[in-house]
Amino acid sequence: MKKFLAVLHARNMEFLRDRSALAWNLAMPFLLVIGLAFTFSSSNKEIYKIGIVGGIEKLHSIAPALQSTKYIQFIPYDDLDTAIGKVRHHQMDMLIDVSGAPKYWVNSSSPNGYLLERIIWGAEGSRFERQTVEGAEIRYVDWFLPGILGMNMMFACLFGVGFVIVRYRKNGFLKRLKATPLGAFQFLFAQLVSRLLLILVITTIVYTGCNMFIGFNMQGSYWTLLLVTALGATSLISIGLLIAAHTASEELAGGMLNIVTWPMMLLSGAWFSLEGAQVWVQKLALIFPLTHLISAARAIMNEGATLSQVMPHVWVLALTSVIFIAIGAYVFKWE
Amino acid sequence: MTSPIITATNLVRQYPGVRAVDGINLSIPRGICFGLLGPNGAGKTTTIEILEGIHPPTSGSVLYKGEPLGARYREEVGIQFQHTALQEFLTVRETLELFEQLYQQTMPIPELVELCSLADILERDTRKISGGQRQRLLLALALINDPDLIFLDEPTTGLDPQARRNFWDLVKLVKSRAKTIVLTTHYMEEAYALCDEIAIMDKGRIVSQGTPAQLLSEHFGDVVLQIPNVDSVGRLAELGLNAVQAGDMLEIRTNRLHHTLQQLMENGINLDRLRIRAWTLEDLFINVTGKKLSP
Repeated sequence: MKKFLAVLHARNMEFLRDRSALAWNLAMPFLLVIGLAFTFSSSNKEIYKIGIVGGIEKLHSIAPALQSTKYIQFIPYDDLDTAIGKVRHHQMDMLIDVSGAPKYWVNSSSPNGYLLERIIWGAEGSRFERQTVEGAEIRYVDWFLPGILGMNMMFACLFGVGFVIVRYRKNGFLKRLKATPLGAFQFLFAQLVSRLLLILVITTIVYTGCNMFIGFNMQGSYWTLLLVTALGATSLISIGLLIAAHTASEELAGGMLNIVTWPMMLLSGAWFSLEGAQVWVQKLALIFPLTHLISAARAIMNEGATLSQVMPHVWVLALTSVIFIAIGAYVFKWE
Repeated sequence: MTSPIITATNLVRQYPGVRAVDGINLSIPRGICFGLLGPNGAGKTTTIEILEGIHPPTSGSVLYKGEPLGARYREEVGIQFQHTALQEFLTVRETLELFEQLYQQTMPIPELVELCSLADILERDTRKISGGQRQRLLLALALINDPDLIFLDEPTTGLDPQARRNFWDLVKLVKSRAKTIVLTTHYMEEAYALCDEIAIMDKGRIVSQGTPAQLLSEHFGDVVLQIPNVDSVGRLAELGLNAVQAGDMLEIRTNRLHHTLQQLMENGINLDRLRIRAWTLEDLFINVTGKKLSP
């Protein structure tokens, strides 16, 4: 234990005293959130989104005029409650259920919902039964905040840990540690805990700082959010440890880190929702820890999801952490 | 004769296309400074890293105090690598404290600081210390677990002559504490100053081994007379003396010093600037490896 604590303390000191890196770690996500909040604060989406329960083919047979209307994106849903939740939070403009007697839901305070309602009446008459839901709009900033913070964590976890270990290996520091009684797992675990603590502190500071300017939506429990954030960071750091477990080349490590980070950045829902994307893309996205981190954080913050509701995400993050650390420690090379 | 602290039997290290270590046998007694010398690429660092337990041999075995290398070995040896880096943004004191925590038994840091003369730089960032100070810190890290066996791999390479001599004094101080030291070096005067026994390696093998005095007397039974190059080589040849030119001097090898001096005086050869040079380890090195030293 004292070996672990010694390496942990040394790594923390190294990080905190590297002022330029520390400042960058704090400033980058802060500037990104603030910048995007202003950029998208008055954005108007040109495409209306309608969720469909019961199959798009069936909608086509029931309401062909509506389906052929331009500028409307139809998104299939299996679960009616999930889809109604999207309408409630203005993440979707309308929901149509064609599994039984045709019904539609709009949010009574949604302008887009109102316009779509007019369109459906014009195109299809009044064959659809009207349902309404109530709920405050989730601003785009509330939607993308978990994505931005998650993405920032991903970079800090993977590159922060991956490059540091490769540098240690390249300059011979790891070889020096190999000559001591320190074990590979103790060393790797200290790196993981050090990075986890620093990321949690930095993310909390950035969240709090941005919250003072923007005032985020937070429906759920901060403790649940903390748990999900910690597990998500652990899983991402573990990937960094795994990538850095073997190589002494910064170029190779950089390439491997990019191969992992880019798909995660694009497909984990950090920047845009995958609703409406091909099913295989949505399935593929589920292999990324970042997808689970962001989905769980959004559910907690915007929909007030409880721990039991985000438990599937929690399990994935915990399991991937254990698997990646175990493999990383097994294949770890000091030189 | 005390039992050896470390023995190596038939060590072989094979890399693709090259046998870096080719059947080395070593037995190093306790309490001595053992020097491993050799030209670049002779296999010194590979050999020492096998002895350190950093790399396994392709075949052969290493025993420490009669046992295979294990967890105890890591606790009881100290290592100073040829190239190493330290955790950045830490002071000398913090670096010592970090390594102190990695061992069960350690030398008190104040004692170590005094031994390695680190008091003046204790609070300094390790990135901002000189080459000599850095080598003293690396030696302190190698000593932090109060090891019985210490490996020093070319510890003075790159240091200026004064810093090198200071480091020698430090190594002698460590040796006086009954520690066993295994040293590799390019500097023959360093080996002569510090080592009780040396082994000269070439092409992965030990080509000569013994105490410096033993090896010199084995390989060179004679001495070298140096006289100014004012008399022609031909004249010396008439006297039956084989002289070779070395700079502005002529060197005459002889194992009958008295007779040769008498011969020179009788023939009126000017001996005003006569010098008698003993053979050095550098001569020995060139003699057994056929190579010049290139630090």
